[in-house]
Amino acid sequence: MATSDQTAMSTSAKTPAAEAAHPVDRSSWPLWEVFVRSARGLSHVHAGSLHAPDAEMAVRNARDLYTRRNEGVSLWVVPASAIVASDPDAKGAFFESPQGKDYRHAMYYKKSEGVKHL
Amino acid sequence: MATQTDVRDLHAVGSEEDQAGQAYFDKIIADDSRIEPADWMPEGYRKTLTRQISQHAHSEIIGMQPEANFITRAPSLKRKAILMAKVQDEAGHGLYLYSAAETLGTPREELFDQLLTGKAKYSSIFNYPALTWADMGAIGWLVDGAAIVNQVPLCRASYGPYGRAMVRVCKEESFHQRQGFEILLELANGTEAQKQMAQDAINRFYAPALMMFGPNDDESPNSQQSMRWNIKRFSNDELRQRFVGMIQEQVKVLGLTLPDDQIRFNEETGKWEYGELDWNEFYEVLKGRGPCNAQRMERRREAHENGAWVREAASAYAAKQSQKAQVA
Ligand SMILES: [Fe+2]
Ligand SMILES: [Fe+2]
Ligand SMILES: [Fe+2]
Repeated sequence: MATSDQTAMSTSAKTPAAEAAHPVDRSSWPLWEVFVRSARGLSHVHAGSLHAPDAEMAVRNARDLYTRRNEGVSLWVVPASAIVASDPDAKGAFFESPQGKDYRHAMYYKKSEGVKHL
Repeated sequence: MATQTDVRDLHAVGSEEDQAGQAYFDKIIADDSRIEPADWMPEGYRKTLTRQISQHAHSEIIGMQPEANFITRAPSLKRKAILMAKVQDEAGHGLYLYSAAETLGTPREELFDQLLTGKAKYSSIFNYPALTWADMGAIGWLVDGAAIVNQVPLCRASYGPYGRAMVRVCKEESFHQRQGFEILLELANGTEAQKQMAQDAINRFYAPALMMFGPNDDESPNSQQSMRWNIKRFSNDELRQRFVGMIQEQVKVLGLTLPDDQIRFNEETGKWEYGELDWNEFYEVLKGRGPCNAQRMERRREAHENGAWVREAASAYAAKQSQKAQVA
């Protein structure tokens, strides 16, 4: 699944710089989630994340970090803060509705088993 | 180092929410499934992982130094390109791992700080000097080799982001080991002096590489907790024995030897045995008194400070661009 590893922590990653000595400290660089399309015709898949000051640098760094061996033909970078995730505390409840709905799967229909091209 | 309190944390009894979280966590671990960043987890688990993953990240970053020192002295353009690619990979490994560590809640800047101030440890192996070109071979074969044996089981670590980072790392490590082995193979088939140089490098890196797996099992109380949490899958000694079995076979292809005449396969236990390791030396190096500790730390701080202007310029440029975009 292409959910973000870091979404849950994106707030803490943006806490102000620990050291006052560095006014533009790296911790103030936003976090970006990186998605890589490995070949034409396939989806972009979450590869990991990185810090970068802006989108352009994020794309360049993503290339260097996640595609050193032809792993991709296309990259997406998304600010981690822009990702909205389902409530982790909802656990199963949010996804439970398909339970007891086996009839949504072809496997449910047994009588037609063995009928050709069906 | 983890303390006894970490162990107790596993069964911490707190609020109802904590109890429900603990029950869910226990079930995930029992099912050998994965914990993700937003899940409830015991404090000890979070602490152990933050320490382990960040130390691993620091090791990758510090580990760039002994090999980077040889880039300008590589004997051919091909070897130079290979070495640069390897060192670049190690930087990548560090970044994957910092990303994974950060998901546990400690910001990256804080992790960097722990390394730069000497609060955090890194693998003791990188406090040994690389003296000759043959050391590039011994490092690739033995150091990356030991790392692979250690890291393959970590791909199944119960913490999702750590396991996924290790999958990526392991895919890249096998080229590291092979290029090292081939450096040694070439030297071993060269002149008598080259062969001697290769043997000397193996002699110096053999014991430190074996110590990369950590203290003997009876000296490593935290291992058991890590194994209960499905972070660690095999004990230090199990992994070390496995590694000895592999390299004692591989060294024959080189026509060289390992500096240990007590290596033997114990038919009864089905395990490889080896000579006693100098654990005093291990702890000395770990405490900062190894041959290169000071140099490695100094070089790291220097690199961080010398890179400050680049980070500042990138931030300034980004700020300017976003201002322009707002005006437009
Ligand atoms: Fe590495
Ligand atoms: Fe490594
Ligand atoms: Fe490596």
